[in-house]
Amino acid sequence: MPKTMYRHIPKALFVVLVLITALFTLLPFLFMLSSSFKGEEAIRTIPIRWIPERPTLEGYIRVFNMPGFSFPRASFNSLFLAVATTLVQVLSACMAAFVFAKLPFRGYGKVFGLYLATMMIPGTVTMVPNYIILRLLGLLDTYTGLILPALANAFGVFLMRQAMMTVSDSYLESAMLDGASLYRSFFVILLPMVSPTLFTLILLAFMGSWNSYLWPLIVLTSTDRQTLQVVLGNMNSMYRNNEHVLMAGAVLTILPILIVYLLSKRRVDSGIALGGLK
Amino acid sequence: MYLPNARTRRAATAVFLAPSLIGVVVFCLVPIGMSMFYSFHDYDLLAGTMDFLGLRNFSRILSGREFPQVLLHTLTYLGLYLPLILLTSLGQALILNKSFPGRGALRAVFYTPVITSWVAAAVVWTWVLSGRYGLMNQALAAIGITGPAWLNSRAWAMPGIVMTALWKDTGYYALMVLAALKSIDPALYEAASIDGAGGVRRFVSITLPLLSPTLFLLVVINVIYGLQVFESVLIMTDGGPGGATTVFLERIYKYAFRQYKMGMASAYSWILFAIILVFTLIQFRAQKKWVNYDA
Repeated sequence: MPKTMYRHIPKALFVVLVLITALFTLLPFLFMLSSSFKGEEAIRTIPIRWIPERPTLEGYIRVFNMPGFSFPRASFNSLFLAVATTLVQVLSACMAAFVFAKLPFRGYGKVFGLYLATMMIPGTVTMVPNYIILRLLGLLDTYTGLILPALANAFGVFLMRQAMMTVSDSYLESAMLDGASLYRSFFVILLPMVSPTLFTLILLAFMGSWNSYLWPLIVLTSTDRQTLQVVLGNMNSMYRNNEHVLMAGAVLTILPILIVYLLSKRRVDSGIALGGLK
Repeated sequence: MYLPNARTRRAATAVFLAPSLIGVVVFCLVPIGMSMFYSFHDYDLLAGTMDFLGLRNFSRILSGREFPQVLLHTLTYLGLYLPLILLTSLGQALILNKSFPGRGALRAVFYTPVITSWVAAAVVWTWVLSGRYGLMNQALAAIGITGPAWLNSRAWAMPGIVMTALWKDTGYYALMVLAALKSIDPALYEAASIDGAGGVRRFVSITLPLLSPTLFLLVVINVIYGLQVFESVLIMTDGGPGGATTVFLERIYKYAFRQYKMGMASAYSWILFAIILVFTLIQFRAQKKWVNYDA
């Protein structure tokens, strides 16, 4: 083999590798999309017809007309809960982080250590008692009950505290010398200065809430309060043999978060570099 | 930070810390105590009865016939998932570390499964893995392999779940590996090349050792998450077929929220916690053997 050809082999191999991994990632999505525009018979073909012969919106129409569940309602619930949870989670974390970064009090190291320790307790252990606490407080099947545990967010506190440590005290001190209150300088001076980390935390919180399944499944029992993920999970057992309906539901569940991701892609990437969460 | 007024300072500290601290106490610290308490009791939430059992929840679980199965299935998941996720995320990161046209788009493609919810991923993959018409078996048929009825097969259900998890998680861990790859000093590779080291040699002697802290982190994280595999199992197989994919969290969920045996569920979750703890400690012990913190 001539030497120049030999040199091309690793490159060709690389291209093949890229194609295989890209296809493995993409094909399930395309399979989903293609199936969602087919009828009940058309989804069961060998070989797969990637472009439906007679494209139909039947799957989507059935998703919107499910007996017992309202998909639009569930979408609204998910959106509302994601926004509210994000707000509660991010705001409380930023406020606590401010104390740990800028207002040390006696014994704050121990409290902060306690926060870090809670990060090691798996959610599994606290899930059952949290359910019982909500039951005692009469908050089962309420949005308040679903959202409240988001206050316990040691990771967010840690992330924001690390960012706030890099901001010099003098910015805040001079703002207050100029007559700004502590609260005002927190919101107007400090938060904008840590906005990259803040934005990362907001995205992680939003995506986490939008995609969460187990907690809403346990807490929300009324069908009109359920979230998109729970409804899709329920559909999975109801529509076992109507995959086109399921795939339409999956498309509609993925699409909003995909749009959010694509709009904020750069920041998501940098967030991962910060050592982010799923 | 300096504040002239001590009272303002105290008030601000209290106001700012309160929401988060109350949250941590009420939804994290108190629950830990409650969970321990319940694990020593027979607590039926529906009947509202609570009887002290001592350690009998634990002995009942550990000596029962179910536990070895649950442990086996969970460890099977972990045993398949862990080495493969290391390989796939390393592979993806190595791809993304090269510069070529379309890299940004490929990065977005790789990350899309990560932002997909577990429910949607599980629903899609249930269809991908369906016996006759699913994507997987049609792809296998194209290269002359007759695929199994994945999720309906006792032997292949767990590998099917693992495959789904690899599809969903690789993009996430790849970005962590990629960040570590980018931090490797290119001068090291140049020096090695001058000394005559080939591509494989450079990978084994430079890349892998310098990646080892990140790989260690991936192992630790994935053991912790892997032992808590749940959503995929619940939606794709619900522990089936015939109990072939029962795992810890699925059991805990069902004891707690299908049977309302809160004591049993709590004991189970502490057993899981102990297992996670042991695994994690072992890894921190073993890291001296393979993790390189020099450079």
